[in-house]
Amino acid sequence: MNICEMTALEISNAVKNKEITVKDAVDAFFAAIDEYDGKYHCYNTLCKKEAYERAEEVQKGIDCGKYNGKLAGVPIGIKDNICTKDILTTCSSKILENFIPTYNATVVNRLNDEGMVIIGKLNMDEFAMGSTTETSATGVTHNPWDTDKVPGGSSGGAAAAVAARLSPVALGSDTGGSIRQPCSFCGVSGLKPTYGAVSRYGLVAYASSLDQIGPMGKTVDDCAALFSVIQGKDEKDGTSMVYPKFDFDKAVKGDVGGKKIGIPEDYLGEGISPDVKDAVLAAADKFREEGAVVETFKMPIVKYAIPAYYIIACAEACSNLSRYDGIKYGYSSPDADTLMETYVKTRSEGFGMEVKRRIMLGNFVLSSGYYDAYYNKALKAKKLIQNAFYDAFKKYDMLLGPVAPTTALKIGESLSDPLKMYLGDIYTVMINIAGMPSMSVPCGFDKDNMPIGMQIIGKPFEEAEIMSAAKAFENATDFHKKLPDLG
Amino acid sequence: MEWEIVMGLEVHTELATKTKIFCGCSTEFGGKPNTHVCEICSGMPGTLPLLNKRVVEFAVRTGIATNCTITQHNKFDRKNYFYPDLPKAYQISQLYLPICRNGFIEVKDKDGNPKKIGIHEIHMEEDAGKLVHDEFEDCTLVDYNRCGVPLLEIVSEPDFRSAEEVLSYLTELRSILQYIGVSDCKMQEGSLRADVNLSVRPKGQKEFGTRTEMKNLNSFKAIARAIEYEAERQIELLEDGEKVMQETRRWDDNKGYSYAMRSKEDAQDYKYFPEPDLPPIEISDEYIENIRKSLPELPEAKKARYMSQFGLPEYDTGIITSDRSFVKLFERTVEICNSPKDAANWIMGELMKMLNDTGTLPENMSFDQDSLGKLINMIKAGKINRGTAKTVFEKIFTENVDPEKYVEENNLGLVTDLSAIRPIIEQVIADNEKSVGEYKAGKTQAMGYIMGQAMRALKGKAPAQEVQKILKEILG
Repeated sequence: MNICEMTALEISNAVKNKEITVKDAVDAFFAAIDEYDGKYHCYNTLCKKEAYERAEEVQKGIDCGKYNGKLAGVPIGIKDNICTKDILTTCSSKILENFIPTYNATVVNRLNDEGMVIIGKLNMDEFAMGSTTETSATGVTHNPWDTDKVPGGSSGGAAAAVAARLSPVALGSDTGGSIRQPCSFCGVSGLKPTYGAVSRYGLVAYASSLDQIGPMGKTVDDCAALFSVIQGKDEKDGTSMVYPKFDFDKAVKGDVGGKKIGIPEDYLGEGISPDVKDAVLAAADKFREEGAVVETFKMPIVKYAIPAYYIIACAEACSNLSRYDGIKYGYSSPDADTLMETYVKTRSEGFGMEVKRRIMLGNFVLSSGYYDAYYNKALKAKKLIQNAFYDAFKKYDMLLGPVAPTTALKIGESLSDPLKMYLGDIYTVMINIAGMPSMSVPCGFDKDNMPIGMQIIGKPFEEAEIMSAAKAFENATDFHKKLPDLG
Repeated sequence: MEWEIVMGLEVHTELATKTKIFCGCSTEFGGKPNTHVCEICSGMPGTLPLLNKRVVEFAVRTGIATNCTITQHNKFDRKNYFYPDLPKAYQISQLYLPICRNGFIEVKDKDGNPKKIGIHEIHMEEDAGKLVHDEFEDCTLVDYNRCGVPLLEIVSEPDFRSAEEVLSYLTELRSILQYIGVSDCKMQEGSLRADVNLSVRPKGQKEFGTRTEMKNLNSFKAIARAIEYEAERQIELLEDGEKVMQETRRWDDNKGYSYAMRSKEDAQDYKYFPEPDLPPIEISDEYIENIRKSLPELPEAKKARYMSQFGLPEYDTGIITSDRSFVKLFERTVEICNSPKDAANWIMGELMKMLNDTGTLPENMSFDQDSLGKLINMIKAGKINRGTAKTVFEKIFTENVDPEKYVEENNLGLVTDLSAIRPIIEQVIADNEKSVGEYKAGKTQAMGYIMGQAMRALKGKAPAQEVQKILKEILG
């Protein structure tokens, strides 16, 4: 039995059936990480000591029936911007290189309550700003399908870890595509939940009105199981919402019969690579075969998505990142003499290029005299984008489209041209602006055998609906079963 | 030229909630540094604010009590700036949709006539921490205990024309806030802070002059002095043909002058934007109505009632209602002794004197609220005289003694057995032949001296009327 090749649900069942122990599972993943992570750099931090202690506790809990959930006993890696008590949480930034939180994020508590075992913290773009994981201060993560290519980002470490079987499932965060795009690049599945479905308490903020934590896994079922663990109202997050409990059984039913699916034409226009377009259109045919009605429609608002996103995200980011001043925690410049120097040098030395660029952008758009021209306009665009989705959902049960215009790019290719990198987010950012849920699933390979992903976008809090459609697609295809050969 | 002073006030008041505005930490004043602190109020990465609903309730109470319109859909905004006492590097406040708007408070102008001062808005926000400068170590320490203590900022219209109006407004505002239980308004502890915006203009001119903002005004006295100083400074500048600079000035109460802290050019761009971590606050009609019903009698209504129900002069009611502590003591005292005028006189006389002499603030009075009523009852019953009562009151005030016990233990009660007094008085007459002779010769003033001697011999423990009666009986 190769534990690393199993799904998370299979691992939990094997543990509950006493075929393996929790320690066996943890051993297997640490062994794989020791063997392969030097090559991929998925993890920033491994917590072996804590994981083994926790494995013992969890084993006892499972044996006495305290933990009997779907994912009890399953190891998990989580993105390094999710706070873990007593465990480094760096956001892949020099400025938080030594930051050890005093508290757990709500999602971490929920993983613990489920009886899961956190094995490490996964690499990411610095403060989740980037689409390639290249902006990480700890170095780029390599795509397991082709180590010369990026895994996508910002949850690149998480997607690569799942693809390389260095974690059965993972938690990522998605502000403008940061779960879906790396899933697409690495050939795995992931969900960006409805804004407010998952608590953000303990997620180090990038853009508060857009950030959501979500599950990533090899299958829709694993994502559904992990989502059911983390979702639900949290008293500590005023923006988390009360809504009907996620229906796991419905999500894994794999039924898309009779559903109306819309494809925004504007998602298949200029800039999309032919391989990606063909894969999405082929997927549309698959859905038709499964009994869905699929048609295209116009959504011209797409052209406002990128500017609106970067204005809103950067504005919130510049404020959220102001607190890193080198005084209470994190990196502090060793050669600063005055308070002002401490601020300036700490931030100049502690933040990377991309983060500085977004801080400056954010400060610019919020400055008096520019606020109305940029930020206020972006808020108006946000309203229009939301309305466009609500209009679309009057006609369709869900929307279908590509996740990204291309497959994974070569390492170094986009760093020199940030605008090109920003444009790569064109299909994902709108969903965050509108607050809708969206599931990314593998739907093909390009001519270089790099994975292609598509996303199924749903109405607010209808995660089960889009997951069921994704599952129907999964049942009808083999793309999700193909994983990179680690060599 | 005759000048007119124009002023507006920004008052910050700390709310008397048990916990902070966005976390569960205690708001208690005076804890050891950084003991009322958690990951939220210290701004640790990843934390989120969670709104304390009591703060909204207190803001609505204040809004209703100051005749404001409640903004039923209101929200928070972020005010961004770097300062070591602000751990998130932004303050959560309200700019675009403050919770209360368009209210007023009635004050007395210079001539004692009623005048309405408009309230532009009231908004909710969080307080910052405190910097402690350690001169010996030459460093600055930060205490985050105050971080996240809820504040209301009450912004008036530029309706003030004299320092008297400002003080009248602050007195009235403070008693309202105390009455409705939203703040203890202790200026010394910083739970009530006022910034004064002041400009001057030639009388009759419509346009406002250039204004300055004055900070660090820690007492009513300081506010009055600072206003006088700043108005004079601006008038002098203008009369010398110079310009008033728009700037923020800091008042130094010890030195009695203010100095410029920062000019308009240095004014920070706070880059306000809607706070994304807190959903907008929706307030229903029903919620507002329930709060309106729950409000206690406000100072103005109380004054009117004291005049009609107790027949007290307006002057007395003004003093008593100026502070919640006086009201509590007054009402309890009247309950016990049923003599409103006596109660008022004691509060305005002896109590004020003790407060002044000891430098005590009304809210810090710590004696049993029943004591004054008991004391007045003892006077009424002829158990002690007024002189003794004053001494006893001092003891009540300083040592919280029980008046009845104290009088008994120290044997200060009046001698009520007249047969015991008579021999002592006879002795006094025998000892003061000269004065007695003068009195008998028609010099009535001599009676005062004899009376004094008699009271001294009796150690003040006999009722004066009785002593006088006996004296007259004996001397014929």
